[in-house]
Amino acid sequence: MEPILSVRDLTIEYAARRGKVRAIRSVSFDVRRGEALALIGESGSGKTTLGLGIVQLLPSTARIAGGSIVYRRYSDTGQPMRETEVLTLKDADLRRFRWAECAMVFQSALNALNPVLRISDHFADTAKAHRYLSGPRQGAALTERSRHLLSRVRLDPDRVWRAFPHELSGGMRQRVLIALSLLLEPQLLILDEPTTALDILTQRNIMDVLKELRTQLDFSLVFISHDLSLAAELADRVATVYAGKIVEIGEVYTIFRNPHHPYTIGLIKAVPTLTSDKSELTSIPGSPPDLIELPSGCKFHPRCPLADDHCRREEPELIDVESGHRVACWRWQDARAVLKAYQV
Amino acid sequence: MNALREALSGFWREAAKTLKILSHNKMGLFGFVMMILIILLSVLGPVIWPAETSANVSAINKGVSAQHWLGTDFQGQDNLRKIINGGKDIVTIALVTGILSMLIAVIVGSFSAFIGGWVDSLLMQFVDIWLTIPKFPLLAVLATVLALKDVVTLSVLMALLDWPGLARQVRSQVLSLKRLDYIEAATMLDLGTPKIIFRELLPNMMSFIAISTIFEMTHAIYQQTGLVFLGIVPYSSANWGVMISAAERRGVLFNPQAAWSILGPMGAIVLFQLALVSFARSLDEVFNPRLRTSV
Amino acid sequence: MGEPLITLEHVTRTFDVKRQTIKAVDDISLTIPEGEVLCLVGESGCGKTTTGKMIAGLLATSAGRILYRGQDIATMNRADRRRYRLGVQMVHQDPYASLNPVQMIYNIIAAPLQHHGFTRGEAATRERVRELLTTVDLTPPDDYLEKYPHQLSGGQRQRVSVARALTVRPSFIIADEAVSMVDVSIRISLLKMFGRLKDEMGVGVLFITHDLALAKYFAWEGRIGVMYLGRLAEIGPAQQVVAHPQHPYTQVLLSAIPEADPDRTRSKQRIELRSMDVPSLLRLPSGCAFHPRCPAFAGEICEKVVPPLKKAGWGSDVACHLVK
Repeated sequence: MEPILSVRDLTIEYAARRGKVRAIRSVSFDVRRGEALALIGESGSGKTTLGLGIVQLLPSTARIAGGSIVYRRYSDTGQPMRETEVLTLKDADLRRFRWAECAMVFQSALNALNPVLRISDHFADTAKAHRYLSGPRQGAALTERSRHLLSRVRLDPDRVWRAFPHELSGGMRQRVLIALSLLLEPQLLILDEPTTALDILTQRNIMDVLKELRTQLDFSLVFISHDLSLAAELADRVATVYAGKIVEIGEVYTIFRNPHHPYTIGLIKAVPTLTSDKSELTSIPGSPPDLIELPSGCKFHPRCPLADDHCRREEPELIDVESGHRVACWRWQDARAVLKAYQV
Repeated sequence: MNALREALSGFWREAAKTLKILSHNKMGLFGFVMMILIILLSVLGPVIWPAETSANVSAINKGVSAQHWLGTDFQGQDNLRKIINGGKDIVTIALVTGILSMLIAVIVGSFSAFIGGWVDSLLMQFVDIWLTIPKFPLLAVLATVLALKDVVTLSVLMALLDWPGLARQVRSQVLSLKRLDYIEAATMLDLGTPKIIFRELLPNMMSFIAISTIFEMTHAIYQQTGLVFLGIVPYSSANWGVMISAAERRGVLFNPQAAWSILGPMGAIVLFQLALVSFARSLDEVFNPRLRTSV
Repeated sequence: MGEPLITLEHVTRTFDVKRQTIKAVDDISLTIPEGEVLCLVGESGCGKTTTGKMIAGLLATSAGRILYRGQDIATMNRADRRRYRLGVQMVHQDPYASLNPVQMIYNIIAAPLQHHGFTRGEAATRERVRELLTTVDLTPPDDYLEKYPHQLSGGQRQRVSVARALTVRPSFIIADEAVSMVDVSIRISLLKMFGRLKDEMGVGVLFITHDLALAKYFAWEGRIGVMYLGRLAEIGPAQQVVAHPQHPYTQVLLSAIPEADPDRTRSKQRIELRSMDVPSLLRLPSGCAFHPRCPAFAGEICEKVVPPLKKAGWGSDVACHLVK
C-alpha cells in the first residue's frame, strides 16, 4: 500500500536546564493509506514528541535537528495528487495541513474544548477558520455534516449539539473531539493516548467508535499509547519506541506472536492479561534511560539480559528480519530463546 | 548540650550548602554579597567614619572630587559619609518590618489553615476587611498621631499593618500543601502536628516565605522613604530618605553640581533593593532541590 | 487465613457538594483476615478510594463501623488507637507527590523510626534504613540514602514509599492505584515486592485498582471485590471472579477489557450495555444502581429493590436479584 506519510531520519531535540534532551533520534517510518499504526512506548520514550513533530506543534524549546516528513494527498479514486514537505510549511499552509490533511487529538483532550462555547460553536469556529464549506448554504451544510459526524461517534446530536463541554462526560468529550477532528475530512488522524484516564467501559466505547469510523470513512490512524492492549485491539501495524528511536516495527500479529526485540518481548511479558498465568509475567529490570545522558551503543543495553560488548559499543539500526518486520537489535535471532528462560 | 552541638553543626552544614548552591547562581551571589556588605557597612561604618557634626560652609554643594567621592551636600558635609551613616535606619526598618510581619503571617496563616472551621472563617473575614483599607494613608495618619520618634516603633507599626495580606497567602500555601500525599503519609505515620508543620510543611514553603519576607522588606523601605519625603516623620538622624527629602527642599533639583546629594542616597536605596530582590530570586534554587543545577 | 484484621460493618460515606448530598460509599460490609490480599476494583466514582481512606482512618464514616482487631476505630482508647494508627499504612498513587521533595531518602525513612523509638542512635537508625531499602529492592542501599526524591524514577519512589510505610511494622498496607503511574515495564516487579511483604512478613494488602487483569494477577490466591456506584457488586476468590463472573456488571467489565493479545482481544465475546450513560452520584438509580445499564435487566424487582450481597456460586458473594 502507498504511504501517505513518510518520515525520514527525523531528529528532534529539546533545550533543558541540564542539557540537550534527545527526544527523537533519526526516526524513519511510513504511514500507509487507510492503515492504523500504533506507536507504543513508555513515558519519556519520545512517542508524544514524534506525534507533535508530525503536525508541527512542538513547544518552543524543541528544535527539529534534521530529517524530513513527506505527506501525500490522494484523490478519491486513490491516485496520488501531490506531495508536501511538512517541515517547510509555514503559516496558512501549515494551519490548513493541520486540520484538513492531518488532525491530532491530544492526551489532554478532556480540557481541549473551550468551556464557554457550545459544541455547535466549536464546529462552526473550526469550519470558519478554515473556510470549510463556504458559500451561501454554508450554515445548513455544516450543521448537517457536523451532526452526521457526531452520530458516527455514537453521540446523540440532538443532545450534544447545543451542550456546553462541562455538560458532557469525559468519554463524550473525547468523542466530540474525534468528530471535530474529522470535520475537514483529513486523510490522517493522530491520537495521543486516546483512552488513558478513561474508565474501562468508556474506553471500550471509544475503541468501538474508532473501529467503526475506520470501516466507514477513509483515513489513516496513528495512535500513540503506552497501552499494549489498545494496540492489539486497534492497530494494523505496531512500532515500539524506546529512547527516541523505533526499535521494532511490523504487522500487529507478527509483533505480538513473534517479537524479536528484547524490549518488545519484555513489554509483552510485563502486561498481565485476564488469562495469563502468574509465572509468565516479569518486569524489565532497571528503568528507562535519561534522554539527556543516553547510554552508549544500543540504548536498551543497560536493561537487556542479552547485552554484550557489541551492544554496548555500537547502536543497531532497523533491519528487515522478514518481510515487513524490522528490528533494531544485534541479537534479534536468539532474543526470544534467551528471554524465554529469563525471569526477574 | 549534645543536641545543641548537633543543631549547630547542622546549621553550619546547611549554611555551607546554601553558599555552595548560591555560588553557582551569579545573580543570587551578587545579591547575597551586596546585602551583607550594605548591612555590615551600615552597622560598622558609623564606628569607623562617624557622622560630621558641624557644617562646612566652604564646601557647600561641591561636585565629585578625590576628597569627596560623591561630592558634598547643602551643609558642606561629605555625601558618602552621610550615606554610610544613614544606612542603619533603612536596614533596621527592612529587617524588623520584613521579619516581624512574616512571623505573624506564618503563625496566623498556618494556624488558620490547620484549624479550619469557624476560626479560619473568622480570621479570614477579618483579613479581607483589613485588606480593603488603604494602608499608606492610614500609616501616614497613625505616624502623625503617634508622633513617632524612633525607627523601631515605626517598623513595628508597619509590620502590624502589613501582616494580614501575607497571612492570607501563607494560608493558601498551607491549604494546598496540606492535601499533598506526603503530608497524608506523615499523618498516617503519626509523626505529630509540630513535626508535620516544621519538618514537612514549612521547609516546602521556605522559598515562598523568604521571598515574601524580602518583598515585604523592600515595601517597608519604600513606605519609610515616602513618609520621610512627605515630612510626616521628621528624623534628627541622617537616613537615606531624610537625605533625599532635605536635598529636594534645598533646591538640589536645580543645581547640577549638587546632583549627588540626591543621586547618592537614591542609588543606595536602589542598590539595597536590587541586592534583596536578586537574592530572593535565587532562593528558589536554595530551597528546592529539584532546581539545583549541581550539588 | 488468620483472625479478622479489619471489619467493615454497613459502612456508608456521604459528601456534601453544593448543598446536595452524594453517597460515595453505600452500606459496605466485609471482613479482611490477617495477611490477606484484597483487590477492590471499579471505575472512577465507584467509591473504592473512599473506602480505602476510611479504612486508613483519613476519612470518618457517615454511618456504620470499621473495626481493627475487633475494636471500633472511632471509639478506641489511646493505646489501641496508636496501635491501629501505625498498624495500617498507605502507599499513594502518585509517586511524584508522595515523598517530601526537600528531604533526602535517608531522612524520609529515618524520621518515623526515630520518632517512634524503633531505633536508638544514629548508627542503629542508619542500619535499619539500609535494611528497609534492601527489603524494597533498592540495592545497594548506600546509593539511595543521600538522594532526593526527584533523582529517582517513579518506580524507585514507590519503593521508597513502601519502605517508609514499613518503618512502623504495619500489619496492613493500603495501596491505592500504587502502580498505575509507574512505567508498564516495571509494574510487575513492584507487585512482586508487595507480594513478598505478604509472604515474608504477613502484611495484608488492600490493593485498589481499575485494572481487573492487574487485580487478578496481584490477588491470585486472595479476593477481588468489584464495586459499582458505592456498593459491592461481587466479591470472591480472585481466580473465580475473573473466570466465572456472576454479577452482570462484572461480566460486562470483563468482556470490555482489551487484552494485549490481538487474537484473543479481537475474537472476544462482547456484552453490550443497555445504556452508555453513567448515572450521576447525585441521582443514583433506585433499586439496583446498575439496572438502567444492565444487559440482564429483569424488570420491576431491579428497579425497586436494592439487591443484598449474598452467597452465590464459586465461593463468591454477589449482589444481584438474578443470581441464585
